[in-house]
Amino acid sequence: MAALIAVLEGIGRYVIDSLENIGRIMILTGQTLFHLRSASPRHTLRQMAHLGVDSLPIVLLTILFTGMVMTVQTAHEFIKYGAQSSVGGVVAIAMGRELAPVLTGVVCAGRVGAAITAEIGSMKVTEQIDALRVMATNPVAYLVVPRLLACVFMLPLLVVFANVIGTIGGYLVAISYAGLSSYTYLHSIKVFAVVNDLTGGLVKAMVFGGIIAIIGCYKGLTTTEGAEGVGRATTGSVVTSIILIFIANYFLSLALYR
Amino acid sequence: MIELKDVSISFRGKPVLENINLQVHDKEVLVIIGPSGSGKSTLLRLIIGLVKPVAGEIWVDGQEISRMDEDALNVLRKHMGMVFQYSALFDSMTVGENVAFGLRQHTDLSEEEIQRIIRRRLRMVGMAGKEHLMPNELSGGMKKRVSLARAIAINPKIVLYDEPTAGLDPIMSSIIDRLIVSTRRLMGVTSVVVTHHMTSAFNIADRIAMIYGGRIIETGTVEEIKQSQNPVVQQFIHGWKAPVLGAKRKVKT
Repeated sequence: MAALIAVLEGIGRYVIDSLENIGRIMILTGQTLFHLRSASPRHTLRQMAHLGVDSLPIVLLTILFTGMVMTVQTAHEFIKYGAQSSVGGVVAIAMGRELAPVLTGVVCAGRVGAAITAEIGSMKVTEQIDALRVMATNPVAYLVVPRLLACVFMLPLLVVFANVIGTIGGYLVAISYAGLSSYTYLHSIKVFAVVNDLTGGLVKAMVFGGIIAIIGCYKGLTTTEGAEGVGRATTGSVVTSIILIFIANYFLSLALYR
Repeated sequence: MIELKDVSISFRGKPVLENINLQVHDKEVLVIIGPSGSGKSTLLRLIIGLVKPVAGEIWVDGQEISRMDEDALNVLRKHMGMVFQYSALFDSMTVGENVAFGLRQHTDLSEEEIQRIIRRRLRMVGMAGKEHLMPNELSGGMKKRVSLARAIAINPKIVLYDEPTAGLDPIMSSIIDRLIVSTRRLMGVTSVVVTHHMTSAFNIADRIAMIYGGRIIETGTVEEIKQSQNPVVQQFIHGWKAPVLGAKRKVKT
């Protein structure tokens, strides 16, 4: 009986903690949106360069090889059934709708989300956040708003580049490995893919950018217990962001592509 | 200038400060002494609104701040400065940018004027010409001095010092003490200094308040504190081993 009570208490505590965290994340999101009007262009541009531009090489590399492997797998199967004229379209649609936004989101959650949490978490444990407050500066306006704007605007841009490089990767493999003609591959893209495949992916990327920024900042601002706490918060930030990206992706796909 | 009336605060149900009554007069240096963990730093954080009391009133410059929201507190904080125990310099900014932070955030001064103030404040704390260094290139004492320069850059009426001499050698401690006194003299600021270094306390204080077990057990001038009949005060200022009453243990029970 005592063991059962302990288990139930544990579950109850977990539920309460989770709800409390969700509530705090909502409050942080609300405060961030409220302070959007006071965004500093200088800080926002600096974050755009730091979080967005600096992520470009790793995003391009990831998506290049994803486009290539996608074509290897699709071309092999499609050629078997005489559907080689669909390869380009399928790769482009998969890239635009799912692969480019989701993989860019995951890569940025690992690189950008971790960087945000580690930086703000270090500031928290060394009293720099308190120093901001003492100097009459709202930490949400000063730290969170520029990062949110940077992520929300830079992730779609990264996804545009990702789509281009992924399609080029697929094209190169289709020509060299699968023996498709350049015309077949490109014509297939023209026939199957529509603008909505790209724009839907960009909408997803904006949402993923918001998730990465808010979770990264939240975990940083709630960091405790020194260097160990910073490490724990950073891991938590990446894991939570990636999970939320996959969950959000499912519902966004339902909403955007029905 | 600052008044605390029956202020209590607790963390996770454990009382840290109970029924604190304290006045800090205009332009005086009040030193708060007490053992580690007795709630001295919490008292400073209450005065500047970083934490809220569970009971009581805190008056700063004629305004009751314990129920103020962050925006209203920020208006008040523009006239206050704080030197943190570990300096809390922004490590992504140079020394000059740290000192200029408040000026750039809250004033419309020209860059030329801001640079002039940076140079003047750094000269005041003996750090002239160091504005281009990063915080990780500074020693502990230098960080404390930059932290003071940052705190006084916007001409505050009140400066709070949290353990300004902790971890410093005796010579650097005495330099910091002199800076606290000269800042009060030159700028006319009201100062609240938390320390457990009795030499510092006696050097700089107009009055001293001692916290023990979450309560203020003695307040008075340097001479009054030295003559105090309270055995805990005598034990603390002389560093005697007995009567041993650990403040941390008492707070945790």
